Parts: sequence; C-alpha cells; structure tokens
Amino acid sequence: MTESAPILEAKNLEVKRGGTLVLDIPSLSLRKGEILSLIGPNGAGKTTLLQTLSYLLKPFQGEIFFREKKVGTNHPALEYRRKLAMVFQEPLLFGTTVFNNVASGLKIRGTVKSEIHSRVTEQLERFGIKHLSTRSARTLSGGEAQRTSLARAFALQPEILFLDEPFASLDPPTRSSIIEDLESVLQQTRTTTIFATHDRLEALRLSNRIAVMNGGGILQIGSPEEVMNHPANEFVASFVGIETILSGKVIKKDGGTFVASVSGQEVEAVGDNRLGEAVVLCVRPENVTLLTRPSQEGTSARNLFPGKIVKIVSLGLYQKIHLDCGFPLVAYVTNHSLEELSLTEGREVRASFKATAITVIKKVET
Amino acid sequence: MDLILEGIKKAFWLLITFDHEVMGITLLSLQVSGIATLISLWIGISVGTAVALSRFPGRRIVVSLINTGMGLPPVVVGLFVTIFLWRNGPLGFFEILYTPTAMILAQTVIATPIVMGITLAAIQQLPQKLRLQILALGATRLQMVWILIKEAKLPLLAAVMAGFGGVISEVGASIMVGGNIKGYSRVLTTATVMETSRGNFDIAIALGIILLLLAYFINLVLTHIQQRERPR
Repeated sequence: MTESAPILEAKNLEVKRGGTLVLDIPSLSLRKGEILSLIGPNGAGKTTLLQTLSYLLKPFQGEIFFREKKVGTNHPALEYRRKLAMVFQEPLLFGTTVFNNVASGLKIRGTVKSEIHSRVTEQLERFGIKHLSTRSARTLSGGEAQRTSLARAFALQPEILFLDEPFASLDPPTRSSIIEDLESVLQQTRTTTIFATHDRLEALRLSNRIAVMNGGGILQIGSPEEVMNHPANEFVASFVGIETILSGKVIKKDGGTFVASVSGQEVEAVGDNRLGEAVVLCVRPENVTLLTRPSQEGTSARNLFPGKIVKIVSLGLYQKIHLDCGFPLVAYVTNHSLEELSLTEGREVRASFKATAITVIKKVET
Repeated sequence: MDLILEGIKKAFWLLITFDHEVMGITLLSLQVSGIATLISLWIGISVGTAVALSRFPGRRIVVSLINTGMGLPPVVVGLFVTIFLWRNGPLGFFEILYTPTAMILAQTVIATPIVMGITLAAIQQLPQKLRLQILALGATRLQMVWILIKEAKLPLLAAVMAGFGGVISEVGASIMVGGNIKGYSRVLTTATVMETSRGNFDIAIALGIILLLLAYFINLVLTHIQQRERPR
C-alpha cells in the first residue's frame, strides 16, 4: 500500500462546554478507505468528536484538514459538509415517503433529477427497502427506518461517512442483519468511515483501526489486535476486557474446526473460515476452566494454556480472574473454587475452554 | 318560541335567496379575516421559527410575551389600534380609521401572536438532532429552516386554524376600528351585534348560521389535510 496523504486530519481539537474541556484530541488522521471505530462508554466524547470533525458542532478550537486543505479557510465549510454524510442513532427521517427521504440529501445538494432517481433506486435495492419506497417514513419499523437513514447517507456517495451509534436502539436480530448489510456495502464502496459505538464486537467486525475514548480524549488508537490483545492501560483493558476478545489469523483447517494463531499461541475454534483469514475470537469468562493439577479428568477441552494469575477481582458471588497466557484471558470462578484451588495472584495455572465455547467473528477484509 | 322559529325560517330564506346584503357582509368578512390571517402567518411563522432556533439573552421574556399575546383581548387591540390611527395619533396621517384596512390591521395584531406561539412550540418539539441531520445532509442555513418548517407543517395547520378562527369570530376590535359602516366595513360579527340589539333576530340568526358554517367548513378542510398526513 502506498503511503498517501490522509483524507482527514485534525490537530489540537478542543471543545469546551460551560468552561470544562469535553474534547481534547491533539491529533487524529484518517486514510482514504479506512474504517475507524471510536469506542468508549457513554459520555466519552465520541459524539462530540464526530460532530466536531463533521463541522456540525461549533465553536471549537483547533484545525481540521480535508485533503490537506484547512476547512473553514482554504476549504469552505458548506462545501466540506457536502462531501460527508452522517447517520445518527435515531433515524431522523422526514415526514415523506421512503424514496423522498433517501433522495433528500441529493435534493439539498442540488443533484440533477435523473441522477437522483438512479442513485436512490440503487440504494433502496442495496438496503433491501425497495418495496417500501412509496411508504410514508412515519409508518416504518425501527430497522426499516434505520436502513432508510443509511440509504440516504450512501446515496450521497460521501467521501467520509460518520456513523454515530447507528444500531444502538435496535433489537439484536435487526441489528445484526443491518450490520451484515452495512458490512457488505462498506466492502463494495470502500467508503472512508468513522464509526462511534459502545459495542466492541461491532467495532471489531467493521473497522481496521480502533480508538478507545474516555473523558474527551483518545486513550489508545491502533489495530484491533493491538487494542484488544495489548490494551495500553487499565481503563482500556477494563473497557475492552469485559470478556476475552482475541484477534488472530487462521493457520490450520480441519473439517468444521480451525486453528488460529493468537499472539503466537494456537487456539482451536469451530467455524468454516478460510486459511489465512483474519478472525476475532470471543471467549466468555464463565466458559473458561482453571486447572491447578497436571492431569485432571472431566474435561474435553483442547485449548489448554499455561498462564499466570494477574489479578483477582471479587464480584460478590463469584470472582473474576485476569490471566496472562501470552494473551489476556478472563475467567469467572465461584468463591468456593477460589478457596479449593487456592488461587492467588501470581500463581501459575492452566486455563482451558472448549472450541465450541468460542464465538468467531469474521473480520472485514480491507 | 315563535320568535326563534320565525327567525330561523327567515334566516334560511335569506340564505337560499343569496340576499345581496348578507352576501356582501360575508364576502367582506372572509376578505378581511383571510388577508389578516395570511399576513399573520407570514410574520408569525418567520418570527416564531427565528425565536425557536436561536439562543439570546432575554429569550425567555420574549417567549412569555408571545405566549401572553396569544390571549390578547380583541377590545384592547381595538383600543390601541384606534388610538394609533386616530386623526392626531401617531399613524393618523394614513387616514385609515373606520376602513377595512384598519380592520385587517387590528385582526393581524390579534392573529400574529397566536400563529407565532404555535409555530414556536411546533418547531421546538422537533428533535434537536434533526437540525444536525439536515446540516449533515449538506443544507445551508436557509434550507435547514425551510425543511424544519415543512417538518412542522401539521402543527402549523393548527396555527392557521387557530389564527383564522380567532379573527373571523372576533367582534370588539372590528367594531372599534371599522365602525360597522353599512356596505363598507360591516362584517358578520359586527352586523350580528347590531341586528340583535335592534331586535332583528331573523337577520342576526342568518348571520350567525353563516359564521358557524364558515368556521366549520374551513376547519373541515384543514382537519382533512391534517388527518390525511397523520401517522398511521
């Protein structure tokens, strides 16, 4: 990949609200075609960052460069906004038909009628809402409305797409089917995207870079592997490490199972992923078993990793054990087991989990 | 009882024969109140939208003044418009007191705060983020305001109804600034008052029925539009 100038660059962004600094980003840049996820808890500053970068929120301090031209001085703000598109958590549709909603941005930007028709039709088909085109937007379900909102954004063929938690208010089945569609559209269009979410799995699935935010700043930014497997600090670790999320690559295949290399270790999981494919493996803490003696019966687990207990956190009825097995791993044990196995911080144990207990997420190839 | 029955009988006669005088009064009523409503829509929607979308010191006071204005007593409006238009008043040189123009002016003063207050509420109840979404679609400020007004069109229809309904049925200001001059500034309400006081109940009832029908038909049309547009 050739080193090209960033499509979007921000320097010394600061936003103050009522005297307090709510956004403080010394520098951030985005390459063309890149998908950057902003993850972090509510109030981390994800929305503020998106709205500042898209020039919707004023006033702010600092500079934004679009294709190396400073927005606001060398590049008029309106012209800049007309190169972007944004999808919010709420669909924010207009009181007209689905077709007119998808066409609305193009109309605002003064696109010629014949082109509006073809672009809108293309997006309606792409998001599977063509049959709804004459329906009033007020009669749509949540999922249909959000599809319309996405279609409206993609019809603009934006150079940068901003997504502000677009799936947060959808029910899980709807959410996953829309993410699937979005994933394939992003793959086809290679649209440069900034995606705010508090769902780590969504971020992992869609992005090639992740920024973890808290308190208005970026705590860590890097590839999903870096952020998930090597969190920069405790906050990042605790935010990304509610369960174990590992990033790896398929190195062996055998029928319905495969072996992925994760930080040099081999992890077996179930799935028909291709060789060489990048995958994300999620292991829930309650599925991890800890062994202290060399041979112990009653386990069919093939994923067996020696590791060291880094930290033990009491969660009341059970204990949360943080392990270092060459990659971070989290396990839950009951208070009873903790005593029986005499688990203490620093102790060497072996951790195991079944191949079937791993949730496999296919990564978007970019 | 005879009085009422006779009155109603005569009233219907006046209506179905399209009595010249009654029709003239009705037409003038529609003209005066229609024009006043149009002017108040123009002022009320623009100012109401501007206030709804901007933040400035003293905004609360402005909003409460507008809301108070929604209940402005017509006689008070009539009084002040009369004073202003009086021969040696500040606007006396226009020489429009006791003309339909003066009535339009007074009715505009009554209807404008009603339209403004409803517009203000209608624009404010739109989601905050809708504005950001419209800007993100690439709208200029003017485009954004226009789209917001279109989005609020259902409650704005209520503003039209309330504004028109307020002025067509208003009598105090019209009689004060119009003078109820026969064939010139006599409208349905002022004529009803006069004919009733004279004991001409038949004409008064006819006028009353027309007033009711007018109010009913205009609201019927607007309600029809509003209900058709309503979410399922």
